[in-house]
Amino acid sequence: MKREFADLHLCLNTRNSTAAQGVMLKVAALGYDLVGIPFTPETPETEISNFRKICKDAKVDLASRVDLVPKTRNQLIRLLAKLRRRFEVICVICENKEVARQAAKDRRVDMLSFHSLEYKGRFFDWAEAELASSGTASLEVDVKPLLLLEGPTRVRLLSYLRREVSIAMSFRVPIVVSSGVGTELLLRKPRELAALVSLLGFNETSALDVVSTNPIAIVTRNRQKLSRDFVAPGIRVIKEGGDC
Amino acid sequence: MKRVKRRYLALQLESNSSVTSREFSDAVWNAITRLYGEYGASQMGLTILDYHEEKKTALIRVSLATLQQVRASLASITKIAGKEAAIHLMSISGTIKSLREKTN
Repeated sequence: MKREFADLHLCLNTRNSTAAQGVMLKVAALGYDLVGIPFTPETPETEISNFRKICKDAKVDLASRVDLVPKTRNQLIRLLAKLRRRFEVICVICENKEVARQAAKDRRVDMLSFHSLEYKGRFFDWAEAELASSGTASLEVDVKPLLLLEGPTRVRLLSYLRREVSIAMSFRVPIVVSSGVGTELLLRKPRELAALVSLLGFNETSALDVVSTNPIAIVTRNRQKLSRDFVAPGIRVIKEGGDC
Repeated sequence: MKRVKRRYLALQLESNSSVTSREFSDAVWNAITRLYGEYGASQMGLTILDYHEEKKTALIRVSLATLQQVRASLASITKIAGKEAAIHLMSISGTIKSLREKTN
C-alpha cells in the first residue's frame, strides 16, 4: 500500500492566497497528501474554509492547527477549553516547565513543541515523556532550524534532539516531524525529511513513520472526535431518529 | 574483496539563479563534509557524473550503504554559492542506463 505523507507545520501567510496557492501546488508536487497550517485562535471560520478550498484545488488535505504559547498552566487550560473543538490539531509551544508538564498530561493536547535552542529551555526529559506517554501528546520536531542553522549551534541542536528522540522512543511517545517552513525553496520531499531526521537516531522505517503514520494518526483521531457521530472512544452514533 | 554496490541518483536543482557545475559540486561536497565529516564523505564513494546547467539536473553515483546519508546531506543544502537553492532527488536506479531511461 502506498504511504501517505503529512507535514503538520507549514507556516504560510493565509491572507495572501496567491502565494499560498503556489506553495500548496509545490507541496502537492513534492508528494504530501496532508498539510497542517497554523491559524491564530481569532481566525474566522470563513478564512479557514477558504483556505481549505485552495488546498482542495491543489489536491492536498488541510488540517487546521493552532499553536498555543501559554505562560501559565491555568492559561493553557482556559485556551484548551476554548479552542479544542475549533481546530483539528493543537500544538503547545512549551516555554516553561509548568506549561510543559500540564500540556504533556492533558489529553486535549496533540503535540508538544520546544523551540528553545538553549538546553535549559527544553523540557522534554524523562518526567515529561512519562506524562506524555499516559496522555495523547506527541513530540513535534521542526526541521527548519536544522536546515538554517550552521556550525556549533546546529551541532548542539542535533545533540538535544537526539536525546529527546531517544527519551520519547523509550517511553513510546509518538514523534511527529514537520518542516516548519513557509518558502518553496525550504520545502523538502517527505523522504528527504525522513533521511534528514535519520540523523536523530531513527531507523529507516521509523523515520518514514514520523512523516506519515504518526501525523496522519493524530488528524484521523481528532476528526473522529470532532465529528457529530462521536460519543466516546470506540462509540459512535450510527443511526438516530424515530425508527431506532 | 566484496563488490561495492552502487546507486545512481538523478537530482533536480531548484534555484532562482543559474548555478555552475563547480558551484553545484562544491555545495554537495560541503554539505556532506559538514554533516558527516571527511571520514564519512570518503565512505560515500560520491561521483558527480553529469550536470546540466540549463535544465538544472545532475546525475551522481554513490555507494548503496551510504545512500541515506547522501540523501540527508542533499536535503540539508539551502544555499549554493550564497544563493537560495534546494536539491531534490528525482529518481534512484541501480544502473545508469535505467536511470537515463527513467529521466528522459
